[in-house]
Amino acid sequence: MIGSIDPVLLIASLMVASTPILLAAIGEMIVEKAGVLNLGVEGMMIVGAITGFIAAVESGSPLVGFAAAACGGALMALLFGILTQILLSNQVATGLALTLFGLGLSSLMGQGYNGIRPPATAALDLGPVSDLPVLGKILFSHDWLVYGSLALVAATWAFLKYSRAGLILRAVGESHDAAHALGYKVIRIRLMALLFGGACAGLGGAYLSLIRVPQWTEGMTAGAGWIALAIVVFASWKAERVLLGAYLFGGVTVLQLNLQAAGVAIPVQYLSMAPYLITILVLVIISADRSRAALNAPASLGQNFHASR
Amino acid sequence: MLRLERRPSASRFWSTATPLLAVLATMIAGGVLFALLGKDPFVAIRTIFWDPLFGQFASYSRPQLLVKAGPLIVIAVGLSLGFRAGIWNIGAEGQYIIGAVCGAGAGLAFYPSESPLIFPLMILAGALGGWAWAMIPAILKVRFNTSEILVSLMLVYVAGHILSAASFGLLKNPEGMGFPGSRNFQQFPAAHNAEIFAGTGMHWGTVTAFLAVIGGYVLLSRHIFGFQVRVAGQAPRAARFAGVSPGRLTAICLGISGALAGLAGLFEVSGPAGQISTDFASGYGFTAIIVAFLGRLHPVGILLAGLLMALTYIGGELAQLTLNLPSAAIQAFQGMLLFFLLAFDVFANFRLRFGRVEVAR
Amino acid sequence: MTGDVLLAIEGLTKAYPGVVANDGVSFSVAKGEVHALLGENGAGKSTLVKTIYGLVRPDDGKMRFDGKDYAPPEPRAARSAGVAMVFQHFSLFEALTVAENVALGMESPPPQRTLSARIREVSEEYGLPLDPMRMVGDLSAGERQRVEIIRCLLQDPKLLIMDEPTSVLTPQEVEILFDTLRQLAEEGTSILYISHKLEEIRALCDGATILRHGKVVGSCDPRAKTARELAEMMVGATLQSPKKEAGEPGKTVLEVRGLSLTPANPFGTVLKNVGMTLRAGEVLGIGGVAGNGQDELLAALSGEALSPPGAITLRGEEIGNLGPNARRARGLLCAPEERLGHAAAPDMNLTENAALTGSIRRGLLRHGFVDWQGARRFAEAIISGFDVRTPGPDVAARALSGGNLQKFVIGREVLQRPEVLVVNQPTWGVDAAAAAAIRQALLDLAAKGAAVIVISQDLDELMEVADSFAALNEGRLSAPRPTDGLTLDEIGLMLGGAHDMHLAEVHHAEA
Repeated sequence: MIGSIDPVLLIASLMVASTPILLAAIGEMIVEKAGVLNLGVEGMMIVGAITGFIAAVESGSPLVGFAAAACGGALMALLFGILTQILLSNQVATGLALTLFGLGLSSLMGQGYNGIRPPATAALDLGPVSDLPVLGKILFSHDWLVYGSLALVAATWAFLKYSRAGLILRAVGESHDAAHALGYKVIRIRLMALLFGGACAGLGGAYLSLIRVPQWTEGMTAGAGWIALAIVVFASWKAERVLLGAYLFGGVTVLQLNLQAAGVAIPVQYLSMAPYLITILVLVIISADRSRAALNAPASLGQNFHASR
Repeated sequence: MLRLERRPSASRFWSTATPLLAVLATMIAGGVLFALLGKDPFVAIRTIFWDPLFGQFASYSRPQLLVKAGPLIVIAVGLSLGFRAGIWNIGAEGQYIIGAVCGAGAGLAFYPSESPLIFPLMILAGALGGWAWAMIPAILKVRFNTSEILVSLMLVYVAGHILSAASFGLLKNPEGMGFPGSRNFQQFPAAHNAEIFAGTGMHWGTVTAFLAVIGGYVLLSRHIFGFQVRVAGQAPRAARFAGVSPGRLTAICLGISGALAGLAGLFEVSGPAGQISTDFASGYGFTAIIVAFLGRLHPVGILLAGLLMALTYIGGELAQLTLNLPSAAIQAFQGMLLFFLLAFDVFANFRLRFGRVEVAR
Repeated sequence: MTGDVLLAIEGLTKAYPGVVANDGVSFSVAKGEVHALLGENGAGKSTLVKTIYGLVRPDDGKMRFDGKDYAPPEPRAARSAGVAMVFQHFSLFEALTVAENVALGMESPPPQRTLSARIREVSEEYGLPLDPMRMVGDLSAGERQRVEIIRCLLQDPKLLIMDEPTSVLTPQEVEILFDTLRQLAEEGTSILYISHKLEEIRALCDGATILRHGKVVGSCDPRAKTARELAEMMVGATLQSPKKEAGEPGKTVLEVRGLSLTPANPFGTVLKNVGMTLRAGEVLGIGGVAGNGQDELLAALSGEALSPPGAITLRGEEIGNLGPNARRARGLLCAPEERLGHAAAPDMNLTENAALTGSIRRGLLRHGFVDWQGARRFAEAIISGFDVRTPGPDVAARALSGGNLQKFVIGREVLQRPEVLVVNQPTWGVDAAAAAAIRQALLDLAAKGAAVIVISQDLDELMEVADSFAALNEGRLSAPRPTDGLTLDEIGLMLGGAHDMHLAEVHHAEA
């Protein structure tokens, strides 16, 4: 039975399955690097999913859809930013509120969009390389966003490692008091990071509703945003490891679906639990090494900044 | 220029006023939202907040208020302990589900016995189930320093699949003609959580809610454990210095909130819901987070907030019937309420200042 | 020395709610001058220098810098004008390298490789060795300060502001710093030196402006005044030194043997084979530069960190495996350094903070229920007994000034009649009057037969209150020596001399 799973197709669909989580996770990593813990990824993703879906259906262009999704996610993040950075509300509570609100708002917006098919996004035409045996199918037969997300990971990695703006971002996340003392605009920098994170989450959500599924259903993110948060922890706030983490989870999801389809003698419900259980397992393994977890986490993560004097 | 200035100590007035302000602001913003959906905002707000209590169908909806508020209050009181201590159990929905599955399972195992011990046994099993489900994040937090936020949340999805597995498998009604879902507890009197006084909405879950409020109040204001919870949330190092063990506190707080969520699930499944089914999970565990914050993490506040939130549920259903307002609107409405509350909270700890400070010589 | 005026300040005023931090402050700094800004904690020194550095905008007043009107809207403007600042609480990032930290403090840093070379070059020129590739979190307090100084020097500042730079240095390191500063002044850099340490100012500075309650109360040539005269200008009153009564030490109460402990915090200090014996009525002073294991030692004694069996005994009873409350019940009490957040919960009122550590020895618990009436009476007793200036026990701890809160914290422990009291930095950031009261309370406690351990970075304080002195250096505790006849030079060597510096670079240390 398991033999009926085609490894080439498995790996190819792994890349597609991972892309939404990868996008959301890389955005959240930048946010956390700036010292902000936004637990509202799930809410931003689902709002991105529906705004992208509506825009794509109404305009007939998936590109417009993705642009709208990025804006939708960024708007949600802005809401979070205003509350936590300017009105100094608790980041954990506000993140939860963002998720609860996002879930409600998205299903409200999605009234009447159930069961519609969005305009299709074609695979990128890469010419002859797509026709390569095995490799062509695995690597060179995807839509532009799969490659875009990979480029984003590379860009984020280089941004944090080499650019001055990246250095300032890390400094703000490390110690907002010290950054403020040196004259850096902590709140402005954090808001910009949040907007980027929101846009990425929105794109990830739209990837679900426009390409991966492609359809709109209420609550369709089904915890992907939370898994993205877990991946950031798993990745120890490193871009290249976010990629690894996302593809790992994508792999588990795809394998689990393939096993379901192949009719393995395990009830569907238990197979569906797998991604969540493995997330927990990985979190345990990563956080068990206390010293390493503490060394890599941005030191001001989750703390609000108020320049009192 | 607008500036925020920290108050020397939190304002009592604003702590009480912000929830009221938040409700008011949500009504206004909700009105705008409803107007955008093409509904008359005033009629919609009246339908949600007024009609369930005093309208045409009030005699039906008033008891419903207690039915809906019960689980919200029970769960929120438990959550508030942890939230005060900085322990974020956001997986109450999962503990609620597991409590219901365990409790229902314990009862159904003895079907069709008429022993008076069955219902107490179910209560015990429900509480234990919720407790055990919450102890997973607790133990992982204490032993491995794993984020309780992410673990408890992941376990909600796992619990959802267990619920589905139970309704399709283990707990499926053998006489249910192949439909998923367990036996209905209405046909199992010894295990049925019936209304204590017919027509009032009072069932054992509501009684538990009142007990939880009283217990929570005494614990927080008089008992050393409540004091330790408060210190741990505000100043973790000071708590440690005062002899509070963070691990023990995490286990107790998560354990209590899990057990209470499990109880809420058990009372729900054996009473108002009636059976284990795939759509049993109704989001009470998440709404209870809003209730806990809206009630300022204070038991009495939670009692009021729970009733208010129950009102929006019932009012929302009413609006769905009479105005054709989508049910999702109420969910967005509740999320908005939490946003406004968090935003207005700034006034409790900060003063808003305009312009420059006068020099006091 | 007194050339042209570089910085002139006129009538600078800055008010915060409830307090005027600077009230019509005027003074000037000449080119190449080392100018001291002297004042007690809360006199307004920090606000003043933050204004000069562009972090605080004044409500009123004028500044001129290098002949031009000067009103920096942000630190960037101050830096480009030629003002650099070394902060009291370091403005460094622990998880970044030395070079990255330096780059963050510069307007347009050169590429990483050039910068590293420049850091090496400048650090050698001024005798402050530093490896640009190291992580700041792994550096000692003295080395961290070097990072800050070099960050400033790379920008060729005209004015270098130093806010309490010596509180983290050993006497030998202070001497090296002073040599660097003198060298800079000779090259024409002006230095604004903020401190409340009088002897240092007399040794280093050409001129001094003295601040009290936000106002300038005098200016002088510090070398022409005695330390006592300066102190009286600064405090505005004659201060009494605490009186120490010589008593016969009693029986051994606390014994620590072979205590080795790895802290939970990865940046913490490992305690290595710490040992000491404490007798009733004795005051043991433990000195050391910040970050050499003070917090960890206090945690091991208070019970916040548990120790291996046999390491700590109180009156013959093994207590290493007991938590804080069990130790309190047996008479071992502590007062940690960090007042807000460790010794006291900032947002809780004084009644609640009194119950925080007092519930056991004051019998405030009945079957787990707190006697809040009793706690309130206890808080009132502390407030009246230790002259805590506050409207009453319902006030939140963070609303109190540093000195008043510290008196409350020390009073809370003293009134519980400890047999052993351990305090860490009891007068850090506290005004002189409160500091004197706290030291007297500790001495009175010892006179009544309690054993007291004072952990402090203020050597003068230790000389004043302690019977014997031991030094904490990189988690190791030296053998205690009687304080009578101990010289500053000897103490400096006990503290580890100049950390990580070649011995030949250590000059004679006298002050």
